[in-house]
Amino acid sequence: MIRNKDRLWYALFTVPLLFIFITVVIIPFFVGIFYSFFTWDGIPANPKIYAGFDNYINLFKDQRFMASAWHTILFTIMALVSVNILGLAFALLVTSKLRSAKAARTLLFMPNLIGGLILGYIWKFIFSDGFRIIGETTGFKSVFFNWLLDPQYALFATVAVFTWQMAGYMMIIYLAGLQGIPNDIFEAAKVDGAGGWQKLLKITFPLLMPCFTICLFLSLANSFKIFDVNLSLTKGGPANATEMFAMNIYNEIFGYGNFGYGQAKAILFFVVIAVITLTQVYITKKREVQM
Amino acid sequence: MRKSGKLFGEVSLWVIALAFLSPIYIMLVNSFKNRQELYSNALALPSRLSFEYYSSALKKMNFLVTFGNSMYVTVVSVIFIVVLTSMTAWMLVRTDNALSKFIFMTFVATMLIPFQTLMMPLMQFMDLIGRTFHISMLNSHEGLIYMNIGFHASMAVFLYHGFIKSIPVALEEAATIDGCSKFAIFWKIIFPMLKPTTVTVMILNVISIWNDYLLPSLTLSSKGLRTIPLSTFYFFGEFTIQWNLAMAGLTMTIIPVVIFYAFSQKYIIKGIGEGAVK
Repeated sequence: MIRNKDRLWYALFTVPLLFIFITVVIIPFFVGIFYSFFTWDGIPANPKIYAGFDNYINLFKDQRFMASAWHTILFTIMALVSVNILGLAFALLVTSKLRSAKAARTLLFMPNLIGGLILGYIWKFIFSDGFRIIGETTGFKSVFFNWLLDPQYALFATVAVFTWQMAGYMMIIYLAGLQGIPNDIFEAAKVDGAGGWQKLLKITFPLLMPCFTICLFLSLANSFKIFDVNLSLTKGGPANATEMFAMNIYNEIFGYGNFGYGQAKAILFFVVIAVITLTQVYITKKREVQM
Repeated sequence: MRKSGKLFGEVSLWVIALAFLSPIYIMLVNSFKNRQELYSNALALPSRLSFEYYSSALKKMNFLVTFGNSMYVTVVSVIFIVVLTSMTAWMLVRTDNALSKFIFMTFVATMLIPFQTLMMPLMQFMDLIGRTFHISMLNSHEGLIYMNIGFHASMAVFLYHGFIKSIPVALEEAATIDGCSKFAIFWKIIFPMLKPTTVTVMILNVISIWNDYLLPSLTLSSKGLRTIPLSTFYFFGEFTIQWNLAMAGLTMTIIPVVIFYAFSQKYIIKGIGEGAVK
């Protein structure tokens, strides 16, 4: 009797969420794997033709897809470096004993709250007309020209905007790590005659190791999945030079109507993300044991 | 010497912070300039404050309606997420059996799935549900809210799960002996104790749902249902060349975010730090 009553409560508390979760995430996930083995244009009346592993094999011959994978890797490496250097530098600045540190922290985090789409539009103006106007008035036309029209610079521009968005976020995480380092370690080092740089390199950085892991992989996963900034800043242009992984999938499915093939890309995307994230968890756990 | 060094530090910190926010300055000043002034010097302060571009962007973006739409979707989604995930997480922690473990592990594992992997089959499936049961899952705010709950469930369950594990069971057992129902125990005793996690969950979800573009763009096709990121996107499709109008529109979309930030900045920074470390 009591057991049955407990079961009823269990169901009452969990079933509503589980029902939503299963219909929104679990079922579409498996349906998606199913679709990836078919050729289909997305129109319900049209037949789905079984294609076996053809979609997956064709992926690797798809030059545009491979190019987008390459852009994503290039972008991710650059973004990883710039986001973390800037984030760490900000964190070190705002933990200093300066009186304005708190206000600065608040200001530096702000871009992160503005959605990627809107950030991209603000910067689109700066990189296109803003830069052109600055170049014309100051004469530095070799630096200040419309970055978004140059394939290489457009990718740099995307890195810059992403850095602007994420640096404040990483700052907060580094901040939490820095505040966790006990002050007496620094005092002991000072007594021993350690200088500022020595303290930074020999004490702060080694003790921040767990933080580095979290930040590196958070920025890794986020830059790998970039979509909104990509869409509003360059739309993948010029000439697809900045089309990233996520946008390529979106275009394949909803732009060209290759639902089955696009879904195969989406499944591959999942596998790549899963491998990256699981590696992260593995490394983080390993470090935790050592600490 | 030390004093001047400190002053130098203060000043350079402000310079860095303000330089970092210079894009916002550029957006703001150019929202007041006419075309000629904008192109002659994009960096200077506007010669006069005219709000004509604001009023015209307000109309063209249908700003008040889209703002209401965004508010409705965000607030209702977040309330449902908090209520449903906290209840589920509590039951999963307190009922220690294989089923609970399996459900929890499933939630955690699905955090690996990027949205792009689910978007197409999700649209197909929601369309199927809608047609079968004659409810509008697509092109309705309620359908979007339903999907928001599903997508944000994992992270919230994970955060609550971690926190509830640290609460001693003794309190609940005493209440059970007193004859309280599970429902009363949860809402009267447990839920108030979960406040720190609830704040974190709310903030993380408000930010991500308010700014979400892709999911609403796939589900909402009627013009009147658009949320702020959506209407910004369509607004830009039409008025890219008129930068002053565009900058006024962007400034308006940022104002609610800045107000939200001003009021909850302390919690946001704490919440982000805690959310990330886990």
